[in-house]
Amino acid sequence: MAKSPEEEHPHKAFGWAAKDTSGILSPFHFSRRDNGVEDVTIKILYCGVCHSDLHAAKNEWGFSRYPMVPGHEIVGLVTKTGSNVMKFKVDDRVGVGVMVNSCKSCEYCHQDLENYCPQMIFTYNAQNHDGTKTYGGYSDTIVVDQHFVVRIPDSMPSDGCAPLLCAGITVYSPMKYYGMTEPGKHLGIVGLGGLGHVAVKIGKAFGLKVTVISSSSRKEREALDRLGADSFLVSNDPAKMKAAFGTMDYIIDTVSAVHALAPYLSLLKTNGKLVTLGLPEKPLELPIFPLVLGRKLVGGSDVGGMKETQEMLDFCAKHNIAADVEVIQMDQINTAMERLAKSDVRYRFVIDVANSLSQSQL
Amino acid sequence: MAEKSHQEGYPTKAFGWAARDQSGVLSPFNFSRRATGEKDVAFKVLFCGVCHTDLHMIKNEWGISSYPVVPGHEIMGQVTAVGSKVEKFKVGDKVGVGYMVGSCHSCDSCHNDLENYCPDMILTSGGKYHDGTTTYGGFSDIMVADEHYAVRIPENLPLDSGAPLLCAGITVYSPLRFYGLDKPGMHVGVVGLGGLGHVAVKFAKAMGLKVTVISTSLKKKEEALEHLGAHSFLVSRDPDQMQAAIGTMDGIIDTVSAAHPLFPLIGLLKTQGKLVLVGAPPKPLELPVFPLIMGRKIVGGSSIGGMKETQEMIDFAAENNITADVEVIPMDYVNTAFERLAKADVRYRFVIDVGNTLKI
Repeated sequence: MAKSPEEEHPHKAFGWAAKDTSGILSPFHFSRRDNGVEDVTIKILYCGVCHSDLHAAKNEWGFSRYPMVPGHEIVGLVTKTGSNVMKFKVDDRVGVGVMVNSCKSCEYCHQDLENYCPQMIFTYNAQNHDGTKTYGGYSDTIVVDQHFVVRIPDSMPSDGCAPLLCAGITVYSPMKYYGMTEPGKHLGIVGLGGLGHVAVKIGKAFGLKVTVISSSSRKEREALDRLGADSFLVSNDPAKMKAAFGTMDYIIDTVSAVHALAPYLSLLKTNGKLVTLGLPEKPLELPIFPLVLGRKLVGGSDVGGMKETQEMLDFCAKHNIAADVEVIQMDQINTAMERLAKSDVRYRFVIDVANSLSQSQL
Repeated sequence: MAEKSHQEGYPTKAFGWAARDQSGVLSPFNFSRRATGEKDVAFKVLFCGVCHTDLHMIKNEWGISSYPVVPGHEIMGQVTAVGSKVEKFKVGDKVGVGYMVGSCHSCDSCHNDLENYCPDMILTSGGKYHDGTTTYGGFSDIMVADEHYAVRIPENLPLDSGAPLLCAGITVYSPLRFYGLDKPGMHVGVVGLGGLGHVAVKFAKAMGLKVTVISTSLKKKEEALEHLGAHSFLVSRDPDQMQAAIGTMDGIIDTVSAAHPLFPLIGLLKTQGKLVLVGAPPKPLELPVFPLIMGRKIVGGSSIGGMKETQEMIDFAAENNITADVEVIPMDYVNTAFERLAKADVRYRFVIDVGNTLKI
């Protein structure tokens, strides 16, 4: 008979888990492994709430296993280090993102692209090498191989830094890979949510001209005045969209609902690149003529490798970039998820784990 | 009703075959060419390839045709006169003209040797020239073109089998270079074995790539492997073969212009692989986003190439003995050729022997 989550490993842990496809989270007792020679044990301070957590909690992609402890935007303090760990010491402030292991021997792992390793292990809802389930950051502690832990730069706030561990690297990596970093070039960002708002900040730090493209005009002032975007385009205003045709060198599309690509392809200049980051449930429609006649491309990207994640954090620290967050208590998570489903957040919820999780045990 | 066109004011009589209406049937057509300007080369047309785009245009399938249409944009000829400022050519030289005869020369694309992406690029056939006249293509006895849009043909490149390189050749050569699918040892798939596809196989092999031909029909297998020298052949409708090839290709050149599913092709790509479309299905295709994201893959397009690259491609072809596989036909076979082309019944390009068979 399989061991219960509490008995699987030697060290007690507590968190909140989704138990079924309703996605509703509630208190959950489980356990963490012993701290191995390569491992770091982390007391979790904050954990960001990513839209993927919502998709996974409700099994919207079809591969969820319950009970599931979500959370892959983790900031915490080191409490223990294994004997092979040189990079970290106790009390260091560290972060864990979307993955906790990979094979370390394939061509992708050797190129610092652990995120593309066919045996990469997700921080939650995946299977460890020992067959046990991975549980994420909506919990008090986590034990992680040092290779998958990053240092949080001293100047960064813990709560504002947490979302960078997924949202931040998710936009930073493609901006580097697809060459979207030439100062003066024009970047369009579709969708102003967790990913989009960080993309605006990073885009401006690269010296780009940034246009936010959104279906709701109410985000205009936010985009221009607070986030520093250079312009704002309402995507369901045909005249304004037409005026912007052929003006953008790159577009980052953060929208995860099914949506039309044709209008965004038209916004691109010749040789323009559209990178799609959202994960819709169904395929999108791709018009081919604009790709061929304008040598345009549509590409994807999936978080980033560990080396690049550290590079991204250091870049953000240098440019004073943190996410805009609404800090919540652990027991507010279900309400937060409901609001997230309606995009009612500016722009990421972050759970104050250290100060609210243990209270929720009572 | 007499045909009145601007060209009647041009000094040099010309003769060709034109489509008069959407039936696409071609017949003899008298017109005229402009005087040889200071930057122009005038040449006798010797051979002209028949591209599938010609078929779309004579039947107005894209809704942009304006009759009469003289098709032909894979043109090989011999120079008969050069303008006073012409530097690249002299009388007697062999010359090639492809898909375009003009552009604006002042936009970013033109400044980057990408005249093919210039918004004011002028088509060799069915375009509007700087003086407002309609351009007539290579199914004709003579042509006059700005030297910038003409390429030198190396001595050892045959004119008949070299003609299709001027469109089909550059159309597949350009994306192999641009998308970096040209490093020896890379594995590239070619979808569709027609005019574009067969030339893609030859270029890819010359670049030292491993080539897999992907086709819906098994009957092209022997051709692909024995004659064109592809390393392997994949029947796209065979799920087991496709499954076995998942994640094996650095890139794919997709030459198919009919609607077809992208999902299986994206699956054939390795992580960071690139699917390049050079055929243009008129309706949108379904793009599965998950595999693009999970594998950091790209779907991109490409359209012919700039003039500098076209010359580079011709020189590369000459150095590597690459020509198209052609069926040379007389001018008056052209209507039958178009009927056969519509059924993909050609290995792999018709080329009209204009010099010897176009008679008034």
